[in-house]
Amino acid sequence: MLQKPERLIVDGKRLDGRAFDELRPVKIVVGPLHRADGSCYIEHGKNKVMAAVYGPREVHPKHLQEVTHAIVRYRYNMAPFSVEDRKRPGPDRRSIEISKVSREALESVILKEYFPRSTIDIFVEILQADAGTRVAALNAASVALADAGIPMKGLVSACSVGKVDDTLVLDLSKEEDNYGQADMPVAIVANTGEIAFLQMDGHMTQEEFRKALEMAIDGCKQIYKLQREALLAKYGGLENE
Amino acid sequence: MNDKIIAEIRKDYIYNLARRGERIDGRRADEYRDIKIKTDVIQKAEGSAEVMIGNTRVLVGVKMQPGEPFSDTPNMGIIITNVEQVPLASPSFEPGPPDENAIELARVVDRGIRESNAVDLESLCIKEGEEVWMIFIDVHVLDHDGNLTDASALGAIAALMTTKIPNERFGYGEDTPLKIQNIPIAVTTADFGTQIFVDPNLEEEHICSSKVTMIFGSSGEFAGIQKTGSGRLNVEKIYNIVEISSKKAEELREKLLGVIGNGDKKEKGI
Repeated sequence: MLQKPERLIVDGKRLDGRAFDELRPVKIVVGPLHRADGSCYIEHGKNKVMAAVYGPREVHPKHLQEVTHAIVRYRYNMAPFSVEDRKRPGPDRRSIEISKVSREALESVILKEYFPRSTIDIFVEILQADAGTRVAALNAASVALADAGIPMKGLVSACSVGKVDDTLVLDLSKEEDNYGQADMPVAIVANTGEIAFLQMDGHMTQEEFRKALEMAIDGCKQIYKLQREALLAKYGGLENE
Repeated sequence: MNDKIIAEIRKDYIYNLARRGERIDGRRADEYRDIKIKTDVIQKAEGSAEVMIGNTRVLVGVKMQPGEPFSDTPNMGIIITNVEQVPLASPSFEPGPPDENAIELARVVDRGIRESNAVDLESLCIKEGEEVWMIFIDVHVLDHDGNLTDASALGAIAALMTTKIPNERFGYGEDTPLKIQNIPIAVTTADFGTQIFVDPNLEEEHICSSKVTMIFGSSGEFAGIQKTGSGRLNVEKIYNIVEISSKKAEELREKLLGVIGNGDKKEKGI
């Protein structure tokens, strides 16, 4: 268990030395999994996240299928060893909520009408959790969808912003998340700048909210760049053909 | 029949109306349906409230009992919020464990109360590390005609404001009122492209592209936000929603305080 630090910002710097608007290091690997139709592995700070996409494929159970469009399923799951105190396997209420809103964010870009009566299944496993897992999961899922060749209106890119010691900071660390005053995960569709995912808990004034939203969007754009680079590294050669 | 199935024609009709700023039930864009709040409706509960927003109706009961604190917060009481979407409330609700909608709803209601510090959890410590008060907020949906979130959130805080800690029953002296230090108010809006509608009814809820719930504390600060649904919103629209929602939250707060009474208000230091 982390001890509560006296201050989270010392001499205008965060405890891990980052600037207020600086992301943790992010590493993105496209297509690490063999069986999945598309996959992505992301390390975001100490978070380690693996996402896989299966589909479009047949829907089971059959009664879930829709005649006009594909259904999308999203499972956010934390490995029992991913956190300090072992997490009981299986979905808890938090995972179910995260899965629901994350799925909705991705549904806003997936061209579901192309695949009636089928399903697009997205599975995200949190292998190691260190604050900001839901945004890391979304980022990985979004790249995995692209890797699977699922047609989308754009890539979803996510990032969180929070408030610690009355200061807005990008991409909360574990300590900042545990002892901070607010946490706001945001996801945008980078090519339009529209918001596909928005949650907030904690307290913030309306003024702070505006600034936080701007910061988060900037963070999402940085993530988008990394996602794009990772995809180009694998598929970029096709551009010149 | 699943009430999600709404004819495309109906959908077009509602969107066309929205383009002119009109709604199917004749309300203005920023107009709530009639809100009725009744407290102390269940005598067996430590606190309770029934809230109606139009035809939507929820009953919230608060029960308290001593229990063991979490190891990381040994001197703090515990709040547990649950929502039951019982089958009598809608043809689309089925018996069984709560589905993702009920879980999300419960967690949004919980977020508002928790993050606004509505309840002083440290005051609920009986013996550090051993015994604290546990507050169970149970939302029972009775009639689902849209916007369960605002109704449930309003019901939850109303029930808490009338809650008495059952000291006597557990041998801790006289019953005392639960101290409430902030009143979170949730306002839900639905996006109809050209228009933002507050308090979407069931039909609007099903066809809007997304909903946003914003929760405000007593001094107008945010206590929580949740976007639901697969729509996308640009930043301008979000700022617009903040403006509309914060204004509406004040109106709802006035209404709630009007019902619960100014005497209580002073006593509870709000």
